[in-house]
Amino acid sequence: MIRARGLARTFTSRRGAVHAVQGVDLDVARGEVVGFLGPNGAGKTTTMRMLTTLLAPTAGEAQVVGCDLRTDPVGVRRRIGYVPQSGSSSPEARVGEELVDHAALYGIPKATGRTRGQELFSRLDLDGVWERTVRTLSGGQRRRLDIAKGLVHDPELVFLDEPTTGLDPQSRANLWTHISGLRDSHGTTVFLTTHYLDEADALCDRILVIDHGTIVAEGTPDQLKQRVSGDAVELELDDATRTGDALALVSALPGATDAVVDTSGATPRVRVRVPSGGRALPGLLRQLDAAGVALAAVDVQRPTLDDVFLEMTGRSLREGGEG
Amino acid sequence: MRVFWRDTWRVFWRAMRMSLRNPAWVIIGLAQPVLYLVFFGPLLEPLAGQLGTGNAYQLFVPGIMVQLGIFGAMFVGFGLIAEVRAGVVESQRVTPASRTALLLGRVLRDVVVLFVQAVLLVLVALPMGLRAPLAGIVLGVVIVALLGASLSSVSYAVALTVKSEDVMAPLLNAVAFPVLLLSGILLPMSLAPGWLETLSEINPFKHVVDGVRSAFAGNVTATDSWVGALITVALVVLGLWYGTRTFRRESS
Repeated sequence: MIRARGLARTFTSRRGAVHAVQGVDLDVARGEVVGFLGPNGAGKTTTMRMLTTLLAPTAGEAQVVGCDLRTDPVGVRRRIGYVPQSGSSSPEARVGEELVDHAALYGIPKATGRTRGQELFSRLDLDGVWERTVRTLSGGQRRRLDIAKGLVHDPELVFLDEPTTGLDPQSRANLWTHISGLRDSHGTTVFLTTHYLDEADALCDRILVIDHGTIVAEGTPDQLKQRVSGDAVELELDDATRTGDALALVSALPGATDAVVDTSGATPRVRVRVPSGGRALPGLLRQLDAAGVALAAVDVQRPTLDDVFLEMTGRSLREGGEG
Repeated sequence: MRVFWRDTWRVFWRAMRMSLRNPAWVIIGLAQPVLYLVFFGPLLEPLAGQLGTGNAYQLFVPGIMVQLGIFGAMFVGFGLIAEVRAGVVESQRVTPASRTALLLGRVLRDVVVLFVQAVLLVLVALPMGLRAPLAGIVLGVVIVALLGASLSSVSYAVALTVKSEDVMAPLLNAVAFPVLLLSGILLPMSLAPGWLETLSEINPFKHVVDGVRSAFAGNVTATDSWVGALITVALVVLGLWYGTRTFRRESS
């Protein structure tokens, strides 16, 4: 569905050149849900704007749904749907009219637009809002209206730019269900940008991690997590004088790395990374018990996409700073 | 071409529907010229002879019609900034619709609104004492509507470029007021001292005002009328060219 090679975009101004995207290669297969993950300013939206013909690349080439981005942008526009981050409807407009008007720009007759719109509204739990004005919709309903507009011409590929930014947790979870349904029920290919780790983890078959305009990692969520060596085991000790004994025991575990003592909190903690926390824990607990090291709590953490990002870039995605 | 006009019609009708839903703005837009007509027009009546006319409103109404055309059209860009902010423009630009249709549909809505406002202004002026031939009035209204097409295109282009009301407002005021003052809208520039009259000659809008005045005076085929009409057509071509160029630009 998407094949891009060396896609790049440089913005030039009086203050100099900004290389927003620097030679991105990417492939998206039919029916995939692919996430483009990165902090603000990493190049996600610029890449998406190039792939949706809103911005011309300064270098590289791309085929989107079989059409060349440079030579056939209108062909690309006919075949894709796009849900922009900033919304897509006038607050004063009536909801149903917005959808039918948008469909008309794809050459869809009014009656067909209305029928398709009502089907989409039913799918997206927007029943009963057709005659309302956009400004009366909740944030979640507005995002679903945006998605309905992006799907009204039945595109093969839909781009979602930060689909859940600004939504409350309940609306986010609800929207995730609908996005998953696009592929599962209708076979639509989805390419979405996000800076939410849980969103990428929950929705995407494959994730591309972008930072400073280049793709730094690519794979399924599990593949990416496996790049970070193992699980983190954290022991919270009852007795601060026994941290040395606990550290010695965890350091001796097979494949143990990054063993550290953390005394910054109210209770001392010992952390270690091991290939499998679940397998290491029973033996470790027996050894600690035998050595008389009393524990207040134990925690095993699987690696997150943030750990992946930290390993790839040396900084946390949660920092969310301008990348 | 059929697809282009279909897209233009869709964009026009969407914009028109929004205007019809808030007809108050059409009336509010008329308030300033009507106030000029009611509170300033009577001051000119005793001066009609000195102004070289038997009917002061023949001079004054064309002036405020052009003022309506300039101000009514130059400020439409504010609406586009709101649409940009709401994501409407971006979502339209990713459809296969022609960029020119996205501009032209909006411009045609503005032309219709201006046409209606200009006709209403004439209807208000008639009982106040305006006397002008129908052909002259028709030509004047058409010129004002065309002027609106030119300036609304420019306004949309500027709006897409600056994307900020805070920048747009002072920018438009800085341009609109000298243009208005040098157009002889309230009083003919023939009353001005030589240097001011010379300066006004390089202002195309002064010739548009002269053209509409000539038409209202019954000289529809006179040089002033045709020069005014031709300059208006040239402004339409320039305005649409600039607007289309900006709408096509990728980062708009």
